[in-house]
Amino acid sequence: MFSTNEVTEDTDSTLTDTLASERADQPPRNDLIIEPAEPSVFGLGNLSLWYGQKQALGDVSMKIPATKVTALIGPSGCGKTTLLSCLNRMNDLIPGVRIEGSVNYHGQNVYAKDIDPVEVRRRIGMVFQKPNPFPKSIFENVAFGARVNGYKGDMRERVEESLRQAALWDEVSDDLKKSGLALSGGQQQRLCIARALAVQPDVILMDEPCSALDPIATLKIEDLIRELVQDFTIIIVTHNMQQAARVSDYTAFMLAGERGVGQLVEYGPTRELFTNPRDQRTEDYITGRFG
Amino acid sequence: MQVEQIEPIDLQATGAVARRQAFSRVARYFLLAVSLLGVAILFVLAYITIVEGVGRINLDFLTNYPSRFAGQAGLRSSALGTIWVLGTTIALAIPVAVGTAIWIEEFAPKNALLTFVKLNIANLAGVPSIIYGILGLAMFVRFAELGPSIIAGALTLALMIIPMTVIASQEAIKQVPPSLREGSLAVGATHWQTVWYHVLPSALPGIITGVILSISRAAGETAALIMIGAFSFIAFDHSLNPAEALRDDFTTIPIQIYNWTIRPQEAFRQNAAAAIILLMIAVFALNLTAAVIRERFRKAY
Repeated sequence: MFSTNEVTEDTDSTLTDTLASERADQPPRNDLIIEPAEPSVFGLGNLSLWYGQKQALGDVSMKIPATKVTALIGPSGCGKTTLLSCLNRMNDLIPGVRIEGSVNYHGQNVYAKDIDPVEVRRRIGMVFQKPNPFPKSIFENVAFGARVNGYKGDMRERVEESLRQAALWDEVSDDLKKSGLALSGGQQQRLCIARALAVQPDVILMDEPCSALDPIATLKIEDLIRELVQDFTIIIVTHNMQQAARVSDYTAFMLAGERGVGQLVEYGPTRELFTNPRDQRTEDYITGRFG
Repeated sequence: MQVEQIEPIDLQATGAVARRQAFSRVARYFLLAVSLLGVAILFVLAYITIVEGVGRINLDFLTNYPSRFAGQAGLRSSALGTIWVLGTTIALAIPVAVGTAIWIEEFAPKNALLTFVKLNIANLAGVPSIIYGILGLAMFVRFAELGPSIIAGALTLALMIIPMTVIASQEAIKQVPPSLREGSLAVGATHWQTVWYHVLPSALPGIITGVILSISRAAGETAALIMIGAFSFIAFDHSLNPAEALRDDFTTIPIQIYNWTIRPQEAFRQNAAAAIILLMIAVFALNLTAAVIRERFRKAY
């Protein structure tokens, strides 16, 4: 394990210059991407995305391991949410979006011509930054996904199971008819997680799930993530580095080059990335020199 | 050490501040007066009408056919005609208008054709109603040979209220936050399931409000229906069978009011006032319902 500690005795002004030049576009270096040894659920191949004329993601390639928590970190605007939304084709909703490259989910490219986005989203659930429960009862919130996907079994059982998995059952079981919007922020987010779990997905994508929550609620969700990962693959976008260090098994660091094109800079096991980052830019970010 | 002589501080408004405050007060009172003026005129009109007509309202007035004799004339046929025409208009216009709004906001590809359609709908909403009357006369009464019938009147009124209902429904659908749609799609619902189970229920209060306001507009419409030839003297009841009733000649309450006000006899003026009171109550009730629905659903979200 070598450390790329090239920091010399710079004064502050030249340090920012160095950072600026290092932040400029560099082709992704393969030695910075450590592919996980475990079987992977996603294989991204040269994934690029344009919003109209503006390129937002440039040439991202990585493998995401199954039943592990993978964190995407990086400063604002580096493309981590864009990358996350590519995995379950939520970017399709944005007019003018163009994708090149491939997102292989268990070997199948989700962007192939004959692939149905509804099938994709059934297997790859998503939890959003601001909790967005439906303006319906708690029961209906959780049951909706199962219902529209044709679940014919005992709905009460499925709802209870999902709420238990989301560590919300004990708090709401007394009144499932209460509106989902009447819950606290942390509870609403766990309700959204239960809603995603009710469809029995394979993967759960989380886009900064705790950024709208207080610290106690945040800790509850982080504990929940460590529990859920035993059965699900979880990919979480977070701008909170400590959270990434606490919660994830693998971490990917992204950066926006010039012209704002998001790129994958470094990827590897969390412990290694945080204690021995291979790239100077990674080290600068995790030590708080910018971001 | 020199002690600064502190001037006594005067916090009462003086000089420039007093002038500015005075102007602000004047502006406030002026706006209040102007608002009250509109309300006052309305109250005066209503008062005059009520005083003139309230004595005339009794069961006979509601159940008699129109007559040459003011004392015997009633709203029977015009009330029935209004109900038939309005009912048919609603059945024709609302599904088309709401469906169009859903198509425009949710499913239509965002291209130049869509912009063209939206622009045209906005223009049509501003066309005077008598133009719709002329259109109805040419298309439904003459060309389709439906004659001055209830169905021709309903078709004309439907055309008239569809643009404004589309716009109101569009606005209601636009208010639905994208996060609601995202949450639904993310659990694997199709676009239509998202619209049916989430977007529409959320937009429903706004849509209903728009629908009720359009109905109010149609209920009071006179010019368009006179253009298509709605008779003023109808002395029969429409049958309950739509296949027959829709082909009947008809009249409506606003037309009946118009007919009575242009008669020379004083007594007909009283009839007209009575009918106006009843029509005002109906329209008022409709608008109140719209407001109540709006408020009730606003609390839920």
